[in-house]
Amino acid sequence: MVSRRFFLQGAVLAGCSVAAHPLMSTVTLAAAPGDKRLVVIILRGAMDGLDVVQPYGDPLLAQMRPDFAIGPDKGAHDLDGFFALHPLMGDLMPLWAAGELGFAHAVSTPYRDKRSHFDGQDMLEAGTGMDVPVQMVRDGWLNRLLQAMPGAKAETAYSVGDDELKVLSGAAPAMSWAPDAWLGLSSQGRRLLEQIYHDDPLFNQAAVEALRVTAPEQPGDDEALAEDGNDMAPGMAAPGMAAPMRPPQGGGGTALGAAEKLAAFAAGRLRGETRIAAFSLNGWDTHRGQASAIRGPATQLAKMITTLKAEMGPVWDQTLVLAMTEFGRTARQNGSTGTDHGTGGAMVMAGGALKGRKVYGKWPGLGESDLYAGRDLLPTADIRAYGAWALASLFGTPRDVLERSVFPGLDMGSDPRFLA
Amino acid sequence: MEFSTVAQVRFGFGSAPGKPAPKDAQAILAALSGPDVLHQRWPGIGTQIGLKVADDFHDLKKDFADKKPGAAEAFKLQKAKINDLLVQGLQIALARAVEDETGLRERLWAFWRDHFTVQGKRRQDVALAVSHGEAAVRPFITRSFPEMLRAAVTHPMMLIYLDQVNSFGPNSKLAKKRPDRKLGLNENLAREVMELHTLGVGARYTQDDVRQLAELFTGMRVMAGEGLNFAPELAEPGAEHVLGHDWGGDPAKLADIYAVLDMLALHPDTAHHLAHKLAVHFVAPEPDPALVGALAEAYSGAKGQLMPVYEVLLTHPAALGADFVKVRQPFDYIASGMRALGLSGEAVMALDGKAMRSGAYWPMRDMGQQWLAPPGPNGWPEESEEWIAPQQLSARINWALRAPQALGVPVEDPVGLATSALGPRLTETVATMVPRAETRAEGAALVLASAEFNRR
Repeated sequence: MVSRRFFLQGAVLAGCSVAAHPLMSTVTLAAAPGDKRLVVIILRGAMDGLDVVQPYGDPLLAQMRPDFAIGPDKGAHDLDGFFALHPLMGDLMPLWAAGELGFAHAVSTPYRDKRSHFDGQDMLEAGTGMDVPVQMVRDGWLNRLLQAMPGAKAETAYSVGDDELKVLSGAAPAMSWAPDAWLGLSSQGRRLLEQIYHDDPLFNQAAVEALRVTAPEQPGDDEALAEDGNDMAPGMAAPGMAAPMRPPQGGGGTALGAAEKLAAFAAGRLRGETRIAAFSLNGWDTHRGQASAIRGPATQLAKMITTLKAEMGPVWDQTLVLAMTEFGRTARQNGSTGTDHGTGGAMVMAGGALKGRKVYGKWPGLGESDLYAGRDLLPTADIRAYGAWALASLFGTPRDVLERSVFPGLDMGSDPRFLA
Repeated sequence: MEFSTVAQVRFGFGSAPGKPAPKDAQAILAALSGPDVLHQRWPGIGTQIGLKVADDFHDLKKDFADKKPGAAEAFKLQKAKINDLLVQGLQIALARAVEDETGLRERLWAFWRDHFTVQGKRRQDVALAVSHGEAAVRPFITRSFPEMLRAAVTHPMMLIYLDQVNSFGPNSKLAKKRPDRKLGLNENLAREVMELHTLGVGARYTQDDVRQLAELFTGMRVMAGEGLNFAPELAEPGAEHVLGHDWGGDPAKLADIYAVLDMLALHPDTAHHLAHKLAVHFVAPEPDPALVGALAEAYSGAKGQLMPVYEVLLTHPAALGADFVKVRQPFDYIASGMRALGLSGEAVMALDGKAMRSGAYWPMRDMGQQWLAPPGPNGWPEESEEWIAPQQLSARINWALRAPQALGVPVEDPVGLATSALGPRLTETVATMVPRAETRAEGAALVLASAEFNRR
């Protein structure tokens, strides 16, 4: 259910770094002209691209990772005879067969060597090059894109509710939103609050929104969501369509349910006016016991993508999903059957707008001399170039705007032609 | 604005009715130099208790799995005990914050705990995480950073939290003897020591330095009932090359790890990193470079002794402006609120578990800062915007509305509260609006929820 669990912050661009409050789940949404849709999922913690999209055709992989389940013999799903999809992500294979799932491998941001999650994620969200100090990288590429798009506007949805989206915010606390408590505040008290915050922009903005959402006479959220110009309220569509997708064993627990709800919420908005949605999925920092540590995020990512497809209905055909991470992980397993921070990684792509059933990118190989610094997959492409080509193709954003303003300093190179 | 007002808000937990404000920097420094009376009064739990709780949990869990008679009940009680220890840890921290005459010792404790963030991700480790702050951070906050670094990094909770307990020398004796176990390095602690605890991510270290430091760290492990233990048979043989110098050698020993930590602690990049972090935390998101420079200089000049650094913080003109641009983090907000409402440390300690949960633990979570559950090893965010999203602000307003009653200190005179809690920072608007509230509770809520009371 979507009702009351999300609420929207009206067109506030200032706080809209893509997908990103580390303390809570947020969905950044933007309306824009045209019919195409873009969903960006930030995979926080550094997804191990070599485990999710396994180059099992190279025997070095199994040698470097003796304790990992690698290749079709160990339950991974063969893609093209060389790459295989992680064993736990089999629900995505029908999309692969339909040409609605693909990957870009050996990609990364231009961030190198320090391998700090926090800096790596900032770059991904910001989309800037290394020509500005990391400390200054703050606003998101989406903000800058919207500035170049006439008629575009953005909003942020916050996830709320105590028991959901916990895993989406990782170890961070789940946010609780208890509007009922506010009904105890008299209308006079509410007016006075507005007054006392009037001169402090930060508090004023937050309070205006909080007061609006908790206003006693407000229409139901389901109604509000239905105003998107859709013939069906998203919240109403969810149960009927989601039911058959539930795992037969009767639900994968709260985390999986939360991933599904978040994706269903975004899908509902994308069926309406929204053209770009961005949110994040945590939990990829698998330093130890990766085989079990990756279970949660891998199944949640698969569930997010299948839920988007199921809930978006016909507009799925107009949609591109890009799931990107800050960097990859070491090619070799470490001393605790996990992997440490690396460089090159993989991007997961899906949607009807994708020319899928293909692993894109120039494969660098896994030999000692092929690896970056002798330890990581060598990045052969800038992950932002895929983002830029997607924006160019979906929204017609001119190349010079993409290379100068949206992703400053990016060389988009030649078109990888990954859109249908 | 007078020093005492600025200092109470910027370096403490605001004013409390009937309690004197520190008159100058020397008064605060003198209090910091004196004994830690609040720790003596409410000591909290040490490392040995943390370890014992973890061991007991482990044993009881096994008994429970083995279906031993009475084990289910005992295991349940142990879980409840751990939850209670967590909430009691918060209670002690709040009592100290409320009672501290200058506030700075408790603010510094929170700052350095955050600098050395740990989290007991497994329930059995939660008490050990509480003990990390008490035993590995607190004793050193008025002494020296090198000492604190040694204690905080080698504490069992840090070794568990950042995976050091799973890192082994790939060529260690044990790895050679047991090739089936495929023992090897885990870089997590080494990376965070350089990135977060000492040099800072902008500093001039490389991946090779991280790797070498990880090799040097091998040998540290956590033993049940004992804590940190150095096992040479787990350590990578030979010397390691970190930041241009060789460290350690055969036989491997803990002293080599301490030596490299000392070097990192006194590195100029560490001085700058810590100076900048202190200035950002206490003063402004983009602090005056002159302040940062002076803090770093004091740090380096005193070889990592911290009191001279605090002296700069309390006396530098760039740290004493009357513009309060930061937002109190939820812990600080609740502690400040308790102080403003006139609660004493004793009264905080007298709250029962239910009042502590509904009056502090849950509200902090709702405001975005669940006690001892930070978002990652980089700790809580500093940016004001991170703390004042609509639902977070709502949680603050809800607390302002309900806490006085829930904590047993309903406000009789909201106008008086506005004057005593905000002092010279009371604005015309708040002064005008508070008397217009329909009830005393709402009037008090306006004071505690005001932007002025939330900022520092």
